[in-house]
Amino acid sequence: MCPQNIVGVSRQNTVAVHTSELQLHDKVTPLTPTKAKAALSNEDIMRYSRQLLLPELGVQGQLNLSKTSVLIVGCGGLGCPLAQYLAAAGIGRLGLLDYDEVELSNLHRQVLHGEENRGQAKALSAATAVKRLNSTVECIPYHLQLSPENALQLIQQYPAANVSSTYNVPTRYLVNDACVLSGKPLVSASALRMEGQLTVYNYRGGPCYRCLYPVPPPQETVTNCSDGGVLGVVPGIMGCFQALEVLKIASGRGSSCGQQLVMFDAQDARFRSIKLRPKQAGCAVCGENPSVTQLADYEAFCGAAATDKCRKLNLLSRDQRITVQDYKSIIDNAEPHLLLDVRPLVEVDICRLPFSLNIPLSSLEERKSEQIQLLQERVSQLKQQMAGDLYVICKLGNDSQKAVQVMEKMIGSEVDSITLKDICGGLMAWAGKIDPTFPQY
Amino acid sequence: TLTSRLSKCHKHHTLQIELSLFILSSGGAELLFDGVKKHHVTLPSQSEPWDVKQLLVWIQRNLLKERPELFVQGDTVRPGILVLINDADWELMGELDYRLQDQDNVVFISTLHGG
Ligand SMILES: [Zn+2]
Repeated sequence: MCPQNIVGVSRQNTVAVHTSELQLHDKVTPLTPTKAKAALSNEDIMRYSRQLLLPELGVQGQLNLSKTSVLIVGCGGLGCPLAQYLAAAGIGRLGLLDYDEVELSNLHRQVLHGEENRGQAKALSAATAVKRLNSTVECIPYHLQLSPENALQLIQQYPAANVSSTYNVPTRYLVNDACVLSGKPLVSASALRMEGQLTVYNYRGGPCYRCLYPVPPPQETVTNCSDGGVLGVVPGIMGCFQALEVLKIASGRGSSCGQQLVMFDAQDARFRSIKLRPKQAGCAVCGENPSVTQLADYEAFCGAAATDKCRKLNLLSRDQRITVQDYKSIIDNAEPHLLLDVRPLVEVDICRLPFSLNIPLSSLEERKSEQIQLLQERVSQLKQQMAGDLYVICKLGNDSQKAVQVMEKMIGSEVDSITLKDICGGLMAWAGKIDPTFPQY
Repeated sequence: TLTSRLSKCHKHHTLQIELSLFILSSGGAELLFDGVKKHHVTLPSQSEPWDVKQLLVWIQRNLLKERPELFVQGDTVRPGILVLINDADWELMGELDYRLQDQDNVVFISTLHGG
């Protein structure tokens, strides 16, 4: 049985123009529908012979793949292996979307990009790598951010829509709603630390993302890869899993992940399949009386920005914060002070300022007695010198502000009275503005 | 066996229920439980059967270290946490009203946002 959306495209037998040159698109432009092949060429038969031998695919399945177009949102840790396996298997057209450029810290997991691609648009870098693998696949790289203005126009052009590395919550709702409104299945996966999750949303009457998560999570509970870390092979496994489900849908076999959540635990090497709720009658976008009938402001809905860039908190007043330049002059003048680094131990192992005291924010929040005692000792030592403030530092200047707030509550009781300040922009600002030899991560 | 244990419970007119709670770290839900992923807990006997709503209160009082607002909102879990009972979405099981059975598996996962 072939899904309607894919059959729909095959009926429009317009000839697609294949070019070997890749043109980076910075906006959404109309595409000619993909061409349906009448039969496989001898070269196709040789190239795909090992999968043609599978009764689960066969010649018809291969022909179905060749007329399918898939949009990959995000050419990162999931998108790279996803694009690679779809291209290798002979998918007809790949839309590769990413607004970012390749950075050195991407390469451990975003395996289509190489060292020489640093600074290049990820969409173009991924498309070039895919083309090298299979020149018969039509690749359309988009260097743009998906928005309520362009998402529908774009997704409508791709029968099997597909989201991969959307770290941020607004984009997940945006892609979900655009897929529901244009009737496309959404093969969605995510990976963080040592875990992965996968679900196919809006597929054959199954639930959409909003059916499961009608209300966005509080922003402070959302961790992305640059904060939480991720072992590169974990998104690799999940991206390959996405490729598998896309290939099953595109070839006509169908996916069995429509009302299922697959969870992967890399630590225990274990997959779990969870049966999910059905499509919800009261769902705001796919329910019986939907309130979402067009794409709106997702950043406002989620209370978060639709980028994966780190957000900047502003919890403290101006006089409670100092710049890295100011802190540099405190060191240069040898002013007595205490520098408290509140990052987790695993980050302190990567790099630290040599004279800092390390107490992770979590230990302060939980008031771990040993650590509080250590802090108290160091503060009273400082007070014996009759001068000096306590400066709090972290990676980017967010946790340090939280730590100041936590410690303000202890001052005068658990800890002697002292002036607390946080260092704006944290160690990364220190590396960027003061000490270029300090590692960045 | 499960049946014999349950019948034993009925005979004594008390309900001693053991619950295996697997708190998975998807998106960091285990961080609310001091980084411990798997908890095996025993709920105290009470005249009424335990339901999930009561379990959430019990967890808040007995397992959560800090910041309960990152786990519950009102009398249910906060948005972004999915509850699974015996490998099924709790929506299929009656959500807060589901009556817990001996040896049930209850899983709290928060959605991952990374890739
Ligand atoms: Zn829905």
